Amino acid sequence: MTAPFLSIQNLGVTFTGGTRPVRAVNDVSLDVAEGEAVALIGESGSGKSVTMRAVMRLNPENRSKLEGKIMVGGRDVMGLNTRALSAFRGAEAAMIFQEPLLALDPVYTLGDQIVETIRRHEPISKEAARARALDLFDRVRIPSAKSRLDNYPHEMSGGMRQRAMIALALSCRPKLLLADEPTTALDATVQIQVLLLLRELQRDLGLSIIFVTHDIGAAVEVADRIAVMYAGQIVEQATARDLIRTPRHPYTLGLLKSRAHDAMVKGSKLDAIPGAPPDLANLPEGCPFAPRCFLADAGCRTGSIGIAQISEGHQARCRRLDQTALRDAG
Amino acid sequence: MADIAIATPPVEPVRSAGYWQNVGKRLIRDKTAMAAAAVLALITLAAIFAPIVAPMDPLQGRLINRLQPIGSEGHILGTDELGRDMLSRLIWGGRLSLLMGVTPVVLAFFIGSAIGIIAGYAGGWTNTLIMRTVDIFYAFPSVLLAVALSGALGAGLGNALLSLTVVFIPPIARVAESVTTRLRSSDFIEAARASGAGALTIVRVHVLGNVLGPIFVYATSLIAVSMILASGLSFLGLGVRPPNPEWGLMLNTLRTAIYAQPWVAALPGAMIFLVSISFNLLSDGLRSAMEVRQ
Repeated sequence: MTAPFLSIQNLGVTFTGGTRPVRAVNDVSLDVAEGEAVALIGESGSGKSVTMRAVMRLNPENRSKLEGKIMVGGRDVMGLNTRALSAFRGAEAAMIFQEPLLALDPVYTLGDQIVETIRRHEPISKEAARARALDLFDRVRIPSAKSRLDNYPHEMSGGMRQRAMIALALSCRPKLLLADEPTTALDATVQIQVLLLLRELQRDLGLSIIFVTHDIGAAVEVADRIAVMYAGQIVEQATARDLIRTPRHPYTLGLLKSRAHDAMVKGSKLDAIPGAPPDLANLPEGCPFAPRCFLADAGCRTGSIGIAQISEGHQARCRRLDQTALRDAG
Repeated sequence: MADIAIATPPVEPVRSAGYWQNVGKRLIRDKTAMAAAAVLALITLAAIFAPIVAPMDPLQGRLINRLQPIGSEGHILGTDELGRDMLSRLIWGGRLSLLMGVTPVVLAFFIGSAIGIIAGYAGGWTNTLIMRTVDIFYAFPSVLLAVALSGALGAGLGNALLSLTVVFIPPIARVAESVTTRLRSSDFIEAARASGAGALTIVRVHVLGNVLGPIFVYATSLIAVSMILASGLSFLGLGVRPPNPEWGLMLNTLRTAIYAQPWVAALPGAMIFLVSISFNLLSDGLRSAMEVRQ
């Protein structure tokens, strides 16, 4: 196996701005190979976005503490100085945001924004940059791309704006694309179009993608691999197929059971995981999921829980995997 | 599964007009703002071409003709206490009055925006330091501050302009700071950072582009205040000096004639009122015309 394009090792992010330090990400390790799409799923506040922002070093420097190691294309992101960081952002790794209307500057046309971004990284003429912008608009399937380049963000529909944002993110030919809930703000029919577009771009351009979502359906649609996050940790990661078919961590089991999909029959009760996620400023000892876990025993509430290898590429952070395997068989 | 065509409905090509073009169109449709603009244009043009437009020398008067009523022969708007033609003096007075209304605001627009944007973008203790310093100036009533500064610097046009500029920097800096602070945490600034923009680029492109519009609208509304304050300074003998015609100063010198010729004495005040209300109406129109987005 070749070295992964993105390698996150033992990442920890602590926010120190408030009265108590908040441990938003705790010992996260994740590899993304070249041309691979990995989905990070989990509920709000589980550290998905923070992990992704850490890859771009976008978390506020003076109010957060980073630990661990992040390598992108063989370079240590943590060690980049301001200048190298500017060159890295956009050209090596780019990001798409959840709400394109807020993430696009309202006072410039989309063409201008793309041209500006390209010329920030590459010494090419305005005309050449504009030609590439047109190319990108065609690639993300924006109809009548030429006139759309002169549109302001508010003149476009939601789906169109998200396509435009994808074009903007791809403008400097990044190799890594970080997508922060790119479909959450869109309506259902547009969602699937954008997901398919991402999948297609990933295949055509050989992009590595990290895709943050809380929609398991979307994750399965786009990702080769899925990592499930809970309370700042990756509790289970596996190929999309394995994770859906043979989930092993109790939290993943609960997450899959709670999907509305299986409870579509009228009158049947939706299976919810009891309790609420722990306070990140005051994490319990042991497994953070233990208070809500149906399998937790005394051992789960002390020490730190190691990562167990289940099969090739499938791992979970749980002591009681033998129990979940039994459940599965039964 | 591999070749699912992504359905993209055909859309009529939309040729989008520029943002400022849209603002212009909306402004033109605003009758009140257009009337205000016409009044301002008329007064400004008259002031600029005063040597051609004014029927008489504003400085030469005949004492025998003093305090003629409005509508008297040869002097449509009457004469002042020294027998000078009021119409000519009002036209010439527009030069200094407009200059004193606009210059301090323009200067304060640049200085105040810079201060506010730096404070808002830097945040933290830099913000606290800058904005608390600004607050010290803000704490004084503007009239008092202008009078105190002009008084300390000494009478004269330059000093009056300087003190008015100082008066307008704090409110403009406040507006710039609050808009910038709101922008700083917005997604598109973070998106710009994520695409590799440095602090300078972000301020130059994204902050300036979004901040200058609101500040500009606010600044136009300050022109009226500036004119009134400038007239006040002249009235107190701290701005323009006689015999130069300036509306505030004219108001002061005609004050003694208020019982003899109340209508003539009120004319400079009416001009100040007309111009300042026109600037206010224009600024209101501009504000609503700029709300095209969202």
